[in-house]
Amino acid sequence: MNTEEHTVSHVHRDDIGSRMGMWLFLFTELLLFGGMFFLYSVYRFMNTEAFHIAAKELNTLIGCFNTAILLTSSLTMALSITAIQKDKKGLSIFFQLLTILMAFGFLVNKYFEWTTKFHHGIYPGSDTLLSMDSGEILFFGLYYVMTGLHGLHVIIGAVLIGIMTRLTAKGVITKDSFVKLESAGLYWHLVDIIWIFLFPLFYLIT
Amino acid sequence: MADDVLAIKGNGHEPSYLEYTGKGKGLKAWITSTDHKRIGILYLVSLLSFYVVGVLFGFLMRLELIAPGRTIMDPQTYNQIFTLHGVIMIFLFVIPGIPAAFGNFFLPILIGAKDVAFPRINLLSWYLFVLGGLLAVLSILLPGGPADTGWTFYIPYSVRSGTNVTYALMAAFVLGFSSILTGLNFVTTVHRLRAPGMSWFKMPLSIWSLYATAWVQVLATPIIGITLLLVAVERWFGVGLFDPALGGDPVLFQHLFWIYSHPAVYIMILPAMGVISEIIPVFARRTIFGYKFIAFSSIGIALFGSLVWAHHMFTVGMSDTAQLVFSLLTFLVAIPSAIKVFNWTATLYKGSIDLAPPLLFALGFIFLFSIGGFTGLFQGTLAVDIQVHDTSFVVAHFHYVMFGGTGFGIFAAMHYWLPKMFGRMYNQKVAKVAFWILFTGFNVLYFPMFIMGWLGMPRRYYDYLPEFHIYHFISTIGSWILITGLIIMFTNLIHSLKKGKIVTEKNIWGGETLEWKVPTPPPLENFEHIPTITEAPYEYKENEEPQMEEVK
Repeated sequence: MNTEEHTVSHVHRDDIGSRMGMWLFLFTELLLFGGMFFLYSVYRFMNTEAFHIAAKELNTLIGCFNTAILLTSSLTMALSITAIQKDKKGLSIFFQLLTILMAFGFLVNKYFEWTTKFHHGIYPGSDTLLSMDSGEILFFGLYYVMTGLHGLHVIIGAVLIGIMTRLTAKGVITKDSFVKLESAGLYWHLVDIIWIFLFPLFYLIT
Repeated sequence: MADDVLAIKGNGHEPSYLEYTGKGKGLKAWITSTDHKRIGILYLVSLLSFYVVGVLFGFLMRLELIAPGRTIMDPQTYNQIFTLHGVIMIFLFVIPGIPAAFGNFFLPILIGAKDVAFPRINLLSWYLFVLGGLLAVLSILLPGGPADTGWTFYIPYSVRSGTNVTYALMAAFVLGFSSILTGLNFVTTVHRLRAPGMSWFKMPLSIWSLYATAWVQVLATPIIGITLLLVAVERWFGVGLFDPALGGDPVLFQHLFWIYSHPAVYIMILPAMGVISEIIPVFARRTIFGYKFIAFSSIGIALFGSLVWAHHMFTVGMSDTAQLVFSLLTFLVAIPSAIKVFNWTATLYKGSIDLAPPLLFALGFIFLFSIGGFTGLFQGTLAVDIQVHDTSFVVAHFHYVMFGGTGFGIFAAMHYWLPKMFGRMYNQKVAKVAFWILFTGFNVLYFPMFIMGWLGMPRRYYDYLPEFHIYHFISTIGSWILITGLIIMFTNLIHSLKKGKIVTEKNIWGGETLEWKVPTPPPLENFEHIPTITEAPYEYKENEEPQMEEVK
């Protein structure tokens, strides 16, 4: 009806547009981290030896474990989207909660990893760190900043998925309208992929 | 709410966006509205308020420099004032200037859409803008005093300075996010919401430049975001990523800073070029000359502009190869800008020119921007740059581009579009007088800086040798003329919003783009029916010579 068309309550919906906006946002996130990867590569090039020594401090086992957790959580996230596409609301919520649980697990590991380093006296501005070679100071500076900012993204991602779980329970996200959940999923995969680069750069290349 | 709309419509009259108040009254109706037109005006009002503050700081700075030695303030205050002038003008006025204010208002209308793709994110970007502005204000008010590093926040001083650098950094960081969200919104809107029939080459040229700008906003801003955040982290926790005392590399900071901040120059100038491309054909009553060249030159500027950042750093120590490459790229970026200037002048040639205020400001843009552009090439030349680097020559150059260019572009946009936005016409005679005073004041203020910069007057200096006195003196007189012009112009425009002659005709200037086909002021949802576009913009058929038609 003609009058219907012009009222303010008219809701504009464009899933392709939403997805496009989300991808653009993810590009900006990649560039944000890109700046830090750029710093990492330049400083690694300038201090090869020191980076080699400093990387031995990191616990590869916890790193591996966290990588496995994040990769699995990406799977459960994808599964929750497939579940809602097949109209299985309960299953979708289950997978979303599982994803949040794994995000939490990742953060707990990170917490123990960071506090162990603090106990060893390695944190920005500490005497132990300042007595080290400047390349090692840079390595740990980058380590704390990059994994810290990544951790912040894990928290944001978990909160975002939490909101999606609520929306799914309330029936806002359904079989026909799941672009919000999809976008949250894309964000989660971004968090995952950044970790996939952080892990080898800090833990594996020694 | 919907009932109210229908009731008014019952009288055969769509409510204008100014009449429809939505969920609240007064201020609330504005700050909760997701209507792109209202958000555009929110931006316009807030950024002009910051502009007034920025002008005030500029005025004080010039006053201090009227004579050698101390005049009205001590050196520390002077350092803080030029920093504030830079931060406010760049992050709070020139960068958001045209895209956030006029882009928000007119982009959806010009492509035949009801709103932008993400109206709520649009409002969020304004809130972030205000938050960024508040952080900048906080940095002035809190103990410690405003930052004194210059708007470039160069390391290591920005880590050591005891002033509120962190607040200024966070302000710029938050403003960056606001800018990213606007860019993201515009890219998606242009891709998804063009009216049926509006192919890429039927888009008005301002849309091309806003589109190119939006991409630069999305791709370049995150870099400065992370860089400024890292400086803040460095101040908070003593992580030594840039500080040479801890092994960091301050030159790396400069690279990361200019990787954004040079493209940001094009974020500032491209939308102004778009506005000029709209105004010229309307007041020459001619189809724009070389539509595709202007459209592609916008993309070209965005592309090359992203690859020239290190020309800010020719004197900091880079390899000769790098210097050569960046110098060459700097020359290349002049080509698309020149293409635009040539096409605008070619459009004016043999047009039936109506020298109304918007065109006057647009011509002012072309003149001043050309001077700014050419002097930019001086600095792109490696040998010459050694002489003029960090002198007031550079200050003159970028004021010719940023103020003479973008500033006059914003003034042109105001004189062109404000009557459409509010349905009131300003006094055109006063507007012309204001233009000439502004134009005179501008040149008296900034031209002497070219000369004294060439003679070796360094920028950002509090004191100077007596031989520079005459130039500084003339320049300060110029600042008074310029401010007189600004006061006359703004008084005229603001007065017109309340008391100006009411305009109800749709097509105020005889334009051919879509904003002139909707009522004045535009209705809530812009179009009663989404139009179908069949011809290119700027088709001035009535002006084509009849013989030409017959020959065909």
